[in-house]
Amino acid sequence: MEPKEPGDRRITRRDFLKAGLLSGGATAVAATLAPGRTHAGHEHGLPLAAQSTPTPQPGMDHGDDESHGGMGTVGQVDNARNGFDPQTLLRDWDFGTVSTLPNGQTLREYSIVAVNKEIEVAPGVFFPGWVYNGRVPGPTLRCVEGDRIRIEFINGSDHPHTIHFHGIHAASMDGVPGVGPGAIAPGGKTVYEFDAFPFGCHLYHCHATPLKRHIHKGLYGAFLIDPDPARHVGEDEASARARNHLYTESQAVNEMVMVMNAFDTNFDGDNEVYAVNTVAFAYMNEPIRIRRDQRQRLYLINLTEFDPINSMHLHANFFDYYDHGTTLRPTHRTIDTIMQCQAQRGILEFDFKGFEPGKYMFHAHQSEFVELGWMGFFEVTA
Amino acid sequence: MDGVLRGDGVSAAGVAPKPTRSWPRWVAWAVPLVALALLLGVLAFASPLSFFRADLPPVEILSFERIDVTPAGFRATVVNGGPEPVTIAQVIVDDAYWDFTIEPSSTVPRLGRATIDIPYPWVYTEPHAVRVLTSTGLTFDGEVPVAVETPTPGLQQFLAYGLLGVFVGIVPVALGMLWFPALRRLGRKTLNAVLALTIGMLVFLLIDTALEAFEVAAGLPDVLQGQALVLFAALLTWLVLLVVGAIRRPRDDSGTMPRALYVAGLIALGIGLHNLGEGMAIGAAFSLGEAALGSFLVVGFTLHNITEGIGISAPLTPGREGTPAGYSPGLRTFVALALLAGAPAIAGAWIGGFAYSPFVAAIFLGVGLGAIWQVIVEVGRLLRDDAARHAEPWITWANLAGFAAGVAVMYLTALLVKF
Repeated sequence: MEPKEPGDRRITRRDFLKAGLLSGGATAVAATLAPGRTHAGHEHGLPLAAQSTPTPQPGMDHGDDESHGGMGTVGQVDNARNGFDPQTLLRDWDFGTVSTLPNGQTLREYSIVAVNKEIEVAPGVFFPGWVYNGRVPGPTLRCVEGDRIRIEFINGSDHPHTIHFHGIHAASMDGVPGVGPGAIAPGGKTVYEFDAFPFGCHLYHCHATPLKRHIHKGLYGAFLIDPDPARHVGEDEASARARNHLYTESQAVNEMVMVMNAFDTNFDGDNEVYAVNTVAFAYMNEPIRIRRDQRQRLYLINLTEFDPINSMHLHANFFDYYDHGTTLRPTHRTIDTIMQCQAQRGILEFDFKGFEPGKYMFHAHQSEFVELGWMGFFEVTA
Repeated sequence: MDGVLRGDGVSAAGVAPKPTRSWPRWVAWAVPLVALALLLGVLAFASPLSFFRADLPPVEILSFERIDVTPAGFRATVVNGGPEPVTIAQVIVDDAYWDFTIEPSSTVPRLGRATIDIPYPWVYTEPHAVRVLTSTGLTFDGEVPVAVETPTPGLQQFLAYGLLGVFVGIVPVALGMLWFPALRRLGRKTLNAVLALTIGMLVFLLIDTALEAFEVAAGLPDVLQGQALVLFAALLTWLVLLVVGAIRRPRDDSGTMPRALYVAGLIALGIGLHNLGEGMAIGAAFSLGEAALGSFLVVGFTLHNITEGIGISAPLTPGREGTPAGYSPGLRTFVALALLAGAPAIAGAWIGGFAYSPFVAAIFLGVGLGAIWQVIVEVGRLLRDDAARHAEPWITWANLAGFAAGVAVMYLTALLVKF
């Protein structure tokens, strides 16, 4: 019994009734059996569109004290069990172990371990993930344009993995199978080393094959290269200071990282859970508190697998956008929705100066993603 | 052991049983059970088969038994047909996570049930998809093909579904019986053709019921072995009817109940069981919204089932073997037969409308299957016996035409009611 277009049946029945065959008793039965349905439309042969019937008013008021009309997950994710909290994922920069090389260049050393780990992506829903340093997304690596980056990668998982950085580096440092150290076998390790260029909002991810699975299992993270003011002049120098974590100007800005991701929990090639920073509805259930007079900078990265694009829409406000973060002037001004393909990323800058305090929503503007977890609130305070 | 193994009264041929130590009989019964217990103990504690269980993830099998549409949303019943308990973590309706409550527990034991209440603003007559996500991330889907409020058992609904059963069951059978006076005037050969038509009709019902039964059975969790259930229900029903027939069939035609009446009653019973299944299917379809647009359907079933009345009354025509020449069944007989054949549709509509369960439906359809089979055998015997008395072949062109007509009429009227 395939669901059919209801209109088709309606026409069929209407035509039948018009023929007047045995309609009396049988129609009486059907009338009693179809509550809420009026027959006037049929008798008078109104066009189908006019045959609208009183729609029941179910659902919306069932004593639900939440503000989302029943939409959302039920229960709480155990952040302690996961080992990470979406609220802290927003701002826990990993600057590495910093030292200075003989030539004066800053050296930042990181250590990343890939392991198998079950993560709770929605309340009570456990995903058998592959993760960097025990979390999804992996650590947010942050450095400055021109720094020497040295990453020791240990594969503590039971599949070969790599780390492939989006940035400028030698082929042998590209973290792809068959080139340089290639795929790192379970138990193996390697060192990726390069200079951090260009400045911007970048990412890293495992490039072992099959690529789809290695990415969607959770092996990815943000890689932020702050611009070095010394390399820029004039207005750009000031902008670079405001972007560089070493300068006080940047401290005035509230910075956040959001990695748009999704999980195909039943492995059918279609995601069941969408989120930013892994946990469905994390920022809906616990809004991100921001001050309305403070400049906001949001590093947004799309690592959604299976869907060609993801997007972000900010409610009641507009933002400036820096595609890839590789410019110091916005690539888009005054927009409220931005679309990214997988691995595309950018920086959103906005503030709520003069706005009424309250909860301002943000979410993907693919409604399906929204209702499967990718939505949240900024709790704007005076 | 010697005495135990031989037991009482078992001895090698030609060898006189020598007196043995006589163990109490219960020991002989207990030995295999003790051995079984030992084996289970070994399996449970020594795990000799642990090789096969290494680190396998749990197999989860959930199925939706039914989804009721309520003013507040949906109420879904799910059954765990898998080997392990399943924990339902989230509910997704139409690709959106949704609020829900679950009774008695979100962890459903093997063969256990849970009822999920989902407050949802469903849209009248539109389809909706309900999906549960388990703790391991697996998904199981249910559908509401056409959202229409599921009737709650109240007096009005009760009467309406009863009326539905009357239209589908009793009315057509009674209408068909009105042909009886006409049948009485038919010649022997024409009447044989009408009996063949009855067989054709019954064969259609047999196949139709079988297909319906297997379709319902396929929706059951595998662990309940739906197909086997249908077949065994059919087999048992058939055997019961054989026993009943062997006891009740009069030795001669002078008994108070002529053989023809027995056959007519049997046909009515078989058709009644079929109509029970049919009533359940219709009741369920109406209550689940699939047939919400269907007085058309009711008229269709009325036409479809009208042949059943002819089938029941055909063996009662006088002058046949098994029917005394002067035999004339009274109105009461016809009323009883019509009720026997038609009233189960009312019960079926109630069950289907208010308490539909695929498990029960599969069993009832299996019972109907077995009954219809036996009816075909009995009507066929009427034809064969008549042919034998007149030294004719029983498969004639006239009979074949009747048979084909029976199948054709059922097939064509079924076009009105299949969806």
